[in-house]
Amino acid sequence: MTKFSWRKTALMAAVVPMLALSACSSTGGKPADAGNAGGGGQVVNTPRMKVALITHAPAGDTFWDTVRKGAQEAADKDNVELLYTNDPEAGRQSQLIQQAIDQKVDGIAVTLATPDALKDSLKKATAAGIPVVSLNAGESVSTQLGAFTHFGSNEQLAGQAVGEKLAAQGAKHPICVIQAQGHVGLEARCAGVKAKVPGTEILYVNGADMTAVQSTATAKLQASKDADVIIGLGAPITLTLLKAVSTAGSSAKVASFDLNRELAQKIVDGSVMFTVDQQPWLQGYSAIDALWQSKRGGFKIGGGQAVLTGPAIIDESNAADVLKFAEQGIR
Amino acid sequence: MTMTPTMTKPAVADERVAKRNPLQKLLGRPEVGALVGAIVLFVFFASVSQTFIQPNAFATVLYGSSTIGIMAVGVSLLMIGGEFDLSTGVAVISSALTASMFSWYFSMNVWVGVILALVVSVGIGYINGWILMKTKLPSFIVTLATFLMLTGLNLGLTRMIGGGVSSPSISDMDGYASARAIFSSSVSIAGVDVNNTVFIWIALVAVASWVLLRTKVGNWIFAVGGDANAARAVGVPVKATKIGLFMAVGFCGWILGMHNLFAFDAVQSGEGVGNEFLYIIAAVIGGCLLTGGYGSAVGGAIGAFIFGMANKGIVYAEWNPDWFKFFLGLMLLLATIVNLIVKRRADSSKG
Repeated sequence: MTKFSWRKTALMAAVVPMLALSACSSTGGKPADAGNAGGGGQVVNTPRMKVALITHAPAGDTFWDTVRKGAQEAADKDNVELLYTNDPEAGRQSQLIQQAIDQKVDGIAVTLATPDALKDSLKKATAAGIPVVSLNAGESVSTQLGAFTHFGSNEQLAGQAVGEKLAAQGAKHPICVIQAQGHVGLEARCAGVKAKVPGTEILYVNGADMTAVQSTATAKLQASKDADVIIGLGAPITLTLLKAVSTAGSSAKVASFDLNRELAQKIVDGSVMFTVDQQPWLQGYSAIDALWQSKRGGFKIGGGQAVLTGPAIIDESNAADVLKFAEQGIR
Repeated sequence: MTMTPTMTKPAVADERVAKRNPLQKLLGRPEVGALVGAIVLFVFFASVSQTFIQPNAFATVLYGSSTIGIMAVGVSLLMIGGEFDLSTGVAVISSALTASMFSWYFSMNVWVGVILALVVSVGIGYINGWILMKTKLPSFIVTLATFLMLTGLNLGLTRMIGGGVSSPSISDMDGYASARAIFSSSVSIAGVDVNNTVFIWIALVAVASWVLLRTKVGNWIFAVGGDANAARAVGVPVKATKIGLFMAVGFCGWILGMHNLFAFDAVQSGEGVGNEFLYIIAAVIGGCLLTGGYGSAVGGAIGAFIFGMANKGIVYAEWNPDWFKFFLGLMLLLATIVNLIVKRRADSSKG
């Protein structure tokens, strides 16, 4: 170890930024601010209200970031203060609902991935006279738990939509890749595919580790030579599966659920056949907007039924349009 | 050093047995750093959020703390005993799954499942301890293995027995109401609903503190954590003490598991992963040393309380939850540094 020298440090402090400046990349990087797309316009003149959006999202997930963006845009338009909180663990998500009640919010939008764990605290919210809507997960239990409507895509239907499209293209042996063992929604997607294409096989991978996803999928594709389609249940997973297909030298085509910018690009390029989008931005936006409507005039959208935000199929015919919005991070 | 045999009593009392200044005695306690941290954090959140100090909100904070704190009691004792347990997070879920699926599958009174879960939980602790003592492997490795095995068993057995990824609901079965009343109901104190787990937590901390400070077993725990070989040499039953500590952790896991089950009727089989670190964090913030031989049960409780305040306080302060983990890490670092400084000061200066 050499002795710490202030002079050297000062020199470094002066030189490094200069190097950084001269090392600017001429392509890529953060785009220059092109003004706020959407939002930032007129705000309604209803009184300020406070709405909590409580999800079961893990931290740092792109899908949920899109939901949150939609919710934020609705909040900005509707003069709503949005309190976003999330916890993937059921018990703690239930505590977040309790906290929203403590904060005396004017509305709660909540995902019902684990309805049993949330029902007691939702009962308290209803008792406190706070209107509740649910989004994303929990369509079947939404009204039972006191929500006046639900915004989401039916996972089973989305799975069947994929299954139908694959069956139409003559697929016999698709592999459906589940990235979180024990996730009800993901299981329902694959079950939907299997309902339309009985030869569907399920492969479990560890979605938290992309290298494991790739190696497991590669191994599977090498083992099942007759696999004709491989389906990823999330955009990042599908992108990894593409690599696995080329590593394994397999002839399997790739289909997907959900969307992000890279995936939209791959559909435009033709390396991914299609994806089924549940339009997460719309789930966040509609949930907050519905709570505002409820406050504005006691409106209850949906007529006691769920409002479907999907499935919307994105293939080569419309991918180019979608890509434009995916680049803004709202698709 | 020369030893001079002194037959006569020295005129001045030996400084080792002299009375210490009470303030310094207080500063020498393991949980002081955490206590200071807790007070600072409380004042901080009370000043940035009006909701935080309302009785209802505070009951929520206490409840959140208790779900970490109950386990932190066992984990603190274990850490004082020089070991730690990575399987605690999933063991809680294993316990809840055992109780619910056993009673559901055999259509039995829920209490039968609850008792079986106690046996299983304490059994997991026993196995952890037994393998540890038998193989002399580090507890990190042994409990990492049980952590992985339990994670797999939770998922695998739940699907095999219940046919899904969460245990079937048991809310309509015999004994459910009485079990729920014990493990997951709330008591109204001056109009504020305080969850039972808070009282269970306080009771556990009291019992653990009494054992640590007032009983022979408490001395054994400090001894095996300080130096197991020296402890064995003076006749401390090292093996029994360590296995017993793991079983105590299992017992705490059972209580929390039963709370999870009866609060939510059904249990998600994939949950619990990662929670083991929260318990360890609580114990470490509370002044338990990773190397063992030092710490307190009250410290672990304060650590859990700090965790609860940070976790809930960020929501009440209406901050972006993205920052929570950073905040928690900072708390951990500051609390342990304060601990270190306070301890050095108290130990070095003479009173």
